[in-house]
Amino acid sequence: MSDNITKKLEILAESAKYDISCASSGSTRKNSQGGIGAAHRSGICHSFTADGRCVSLLKIMLTNYCIYDCAYCINRRSNDIPRAGFTPKELANLTIEFYRRNYIEGLFLSSGIIKNADHTMERMIRVVSLLRNEHRFNGYIHMKAIPGTSSELISQAGLLVDRMSVNLEIPTEENLKLLAPDKDHQTIYQPMRHIHQNILENREDRKKFRSTPKFAPGGQSTQIIVGATDESDQQILQLTSKLYKRPSMKRVYYSGFIPVNSYDKRLPVTKDIPRVRENRLYQADWLLRFYEFDVNEIVNSEYPDLDLTMDPKLAWAVRNPHYFPVDINRDSYQRILRVPGIGVKSAKLIVLARRHRKLNLEALKRIGVVLKRAQFFIICHEMRSFKLQNASPEYIRLSLQERPLLESQQNQQLVMAL
Amino acid sequence: MLIYYYDKTFEGLLTAIFDAFKLKQHVDQLLVEGDVEPLFVDKVHHVITDNRKYERVQIALKKRLSRFSLRQLMAVWFSELPESDLLIFRYLHKLFKTQNAIETDFADPDILAIRKIANKVSRECENLRQFVRFNLIKNPDTDSKAEKIYFAVIDPIYNALPLTIDFFYDRFADQKWAIYDQKRQFGYFYDLNKLEIISLNDDLLVNQKINDAYLDEDEKLFQKMWFRYCKALTIKERINPKLQRQYMPRRFWHHLPEIVGDKP
Repeated sequence: MSDNITKKLEILAESAKYDISCASSGSTRKNSQGGIGAAHRSGICHSFTADGRCVSLLKIMLTNYCIYDCAYCINRRSNDIPRAGFTPKELANLTIEFYRRNYIEGLFLSSGIIKNADHTMERMIRVVSLLRNEHRFNGYIHMKAIPGTSSELISQAGLLVDRMSVNLEIPTEENLKLLAPDKDHQTIYQPMRHIHQNILENREDRKKFRSTPKFAPGGQSTQIIVGATDESDQQILQLTSKLYKRPSMKRVYYSGFIPVNSYDKRLPVTKDIPRVRENRLYQADWLLRFYEFDVNEIVNSEYPDLDLTMDPKLAWAVRNPHYFPVDINRDSYQRILRVPGIGVKSAKLIVLARRHRKLNLEALKRIGVVLKRAQFFIICHEMRSFKLQNASPEYIRLSLQERPLLESQQNQQLVMAL
Repeated sequence: MLIYYYDKTFEGLLTAIFDAFKLKQHVDQLLVEGDVEPLFVDKVHHVITDNRKYERVQIALKKRLSRFSLRQLMAVWFSELPESDLLIFRYLHKLFKTQNAIETDFADPDILAIRKIANKVSRECENLRQFVRFNLIKNPDTDSKAEKIYFAVIDPIYNALPLTIDFFYDRFADQKWAIYDQKRQFGYFYDLNKLEIISLNDDLLVNQKINDAYLDEDEKLFQKMWFRYCKALTIKERINPKLQRQYMPRRFWHHLPEIVGDKP
């Protein structure tokens, strides 16, 4: 019996692991009387696997049987892999046992599609409602919305879970059609829109009646595969910034393409995962969310792809020398935030600390500014002259770009084998 | 050089700052009663912890500092680092010396140091929230053998347990649990109603590990499941042990079933 469960757990974890999202943040819930668990506002990572990814939630599939045949997915119908499925009761019990030992923050529930979207979704909702109603579980639950699910089921699920997500996977419709003939953007955007509308309505309702149960208080997220198709970084980031326009969209995850089905001729042949590109996309994503950058400043038709040898903020600064120097002691928070080498934390400290005295380089260093990068772009008390004037953009580029990358870059280029 | 001796309590530290202002003295070093006196000492003052004195300082502190800064000072105190008491002393001295707010003057080395140490301690608190692992055991008290307790052993570098205990108290409200700090030889036990401080003196811990004889029958099974789950979750193409160690330092590993696995 228990061996059976362990086996299933292994199979379904194998199948679920390519979902990148693992955040357990964005929702706070106190323990209710007699219940178990709580949700922590900033989320907690309980473990890290050997690939350095965090394990916060019990990321698992209800079943890995699937009627679809998407080229990029390990669980596609035509793959010969071990298949298994949990009963809702088994999975709920397992979640509680793990939770009681402080292994996890909650549950991340996904599923292969059996019969049709609605049937699958109903089974997933059964697990979640077991947890919430019978076990009185107050921990975090993240649930996948299956593309094509009816709006009633979305509304039902949203009241039970903290975060919902629908994976976009392929940024453009024609490439999606190529790799996943059973899916289209319409069925993906539909549930996304439903979740968004429900969250907005719920916010309004909660203004009138405080006791209205929250609808997906952690918002929604999505995932884009990078490197499986030929989209440029500009296309990806344009899409991202459009998604972030909706306040309910909390995170867009980028997943470097891993060739799990290398026999499929529609997929590119790659030697390595595009890790650097993935990293640069995340950096650009941070610029959009926390540094008040506009997407066209990071990528545009002149620079459609991110520079792999330097981070996007530095790349922007080198392209826009007219913006600098920034005076650390005078300029606004927003301007200081744009200096390479100064992050959100340091910028906030600078703005607070300069009220007391003029800041010099020594103080900046102690605060945590990376002077190696920042020195070209700032002036402050003690350093009145501006280095960028003496140094050409080319010089800065050469002195700050990450050297080992230049060599490995050649090995990383994708070859489309069509 | 002027030296203050005090009794190594927070109350004692607040009394010391009171005395320093009362006597208009500049203190160079704080020592605990019984410490050996260093060379070149001109003057020594013995602080006698006094309720009235430290309460006055406490009231002044609450008036002058935000709750956030007070928490930071508490965190620095619980860091138990050498000279952390002198750092708090200097911070308070600066605070009471002027009428202005000094909390955000991060160009000042002492104020930044307080912030940095407080961040380190809160990082350790976060580590506890992340890596405490409960094991279901039978109560080692012989008269209540049937009772099951979720038990965890920790050895944090800073004394972070008192600062995080509220988190566990809220989260695991419907199970009996205990967390024991091996380094400092104390722990907390929750019996569904209240928290109490405990110490261990029996054979529950053998070689800093929980004695297998006390483990619940199913406990090994769940540990094995968790180990196998984490192994299955690893993407082999992306193996990156350095990144793993960066987020999950080695010093926590010997308590984690996902790392220790089915090794004895």
